[in-house]
Amino acid sequence: MQNRSCLIVDDSPVVRRAARRIVEGLGFTVREAKDGAEALVSCRTEMPEAVLLDWNMPVMDGLEFLKHVRAEHGPSRPIIVLCTTEASIDRIVEALAAGAQEYIMKPFDAGILHDKFVQAGLLSDAA
Amino acid sequence: MTPESFQFLTGLVKARSGIVLTTEKAYMLETRLAPILKRERLASLDALAGRLRSAPSLPLATEVVEALTTNESSFFRDGKPFEHLRKILPALAASRPAGQTLRVWSAASSTGQEAYSVAMIVNELGPVLGGRRVEILGTDLSRDVLARAQEGLFSQFEVQRGLPVQLLVKYFKPDSGRWRIADGLRTMVRWQCYNLLENPAILGRFDIIFCRNVLIYFDAATKTQVLSNISNQLQPDGYVYLGGAETVLGLTTRLVPSSGERGAYELMRSAAKAS
Repeated sequence: MQNRSCLIVDDSPVVRRAARRIVEGLGFTVREAKDGAEALVSCRTEMPEAVLLDWNMPVMDGLEFLKHVRAEHGPSRPIIVLCTTEASIDRIVEALAAGAQEYIMKPFDAGILHDKFVQAGLLSDAA
Repeated sequence: MTPESFQFLTGLVKARSGIVLTTEKAYMLETRLAPILKRERLASLDALAGRLRSAPSLPLATEVVEALTTNESSFFRDGKPFEHLRKILPALAASRPAGQTLRVWSAASSTGQEAYSVAMIVNELGPVLGGRRVEILGTDLSRDVLARAQEGLFSQFEVQRGLPVQLLVKYFKPDSGRWRIADGLRTMVRWQCYNLLENPAILGRFDIIFCRNVLIYFDAATKTQVLSNISNQLQPDGYVYLGGAETVLGLTTRLVPSSGERGAYELMRSAAKAS
């Protein structure tokens, strides 16, 4: 198995820690960022395969990061999964239109994260 | 709980549903029956067993069986059978005489995710099916889960298990903190209370039968009986889907694995029998 990487972007250290534990369990090496601006720098330094992305964050929010990263790197890299308390249809549609591959409504658990990584094409459904 | 109470309660479940609960499942009795104990003001599972022993025909017995036989479910569970279904439905639709309805059976449908997944696939295929009508039947032992399935109202947690977000947006609407499936899909599925141990002839013939992750709860004789029952209801060129951990080996010779398709089975053909 190749070294697979996921960047977890969330302003809450508690959420980052919980997500890290699950994502590492799915076989990914994890990096963290606490806002969109940090995440953008991280992607420029080394492109992760996947980004797990919170929406509401200080400095640069998730949607803004999403637009920047798509403008810079195109529609398919990295694969981006929103992970946010925003749960209205309008918000989901907005994120998909901006180029997100999948969308998680918090709270989440290992089962949801696994399923959404499958939907996003990051994992096979065999497990 | 005394061993006698455990034996009595699991015996009740076995007699009514065919499902075998082993001693490792003792924790499940505690958690699943706790709400019933509370409501009935019973102090323990022993007290519950005592009540049912003296009056086994109470509706309470049915409730206990239902509480112990419902399973966790997700949309498009295990992926593969649904990919296969997407592939073969157009061919089945094309092979039927004009006006004949394709029939899909979700046996042990639980809260409806499997049947609604089929409805979504049929809807997504749309014109590829050439206007062929598809009828989906969901059956379960539990009237409780059937009522939930019929309502088509799912928690935020449930709509995130197995369901791609694009389909969530397309087919579900928020409804007071939960998600309601579109009426167009809801009306594609009919629900019926049915016990897999009963003769399924009343349900008619099917082109596709989903019977997944339910055989695992039965003993060998019951597995054979259920597989024989569903084989009787399958169209000669139809398909049966079983769960990933399930097999027909040593249970029936009437169903054989579809080549290269994990979880998909078809009827043994006379030609194949001869070779």
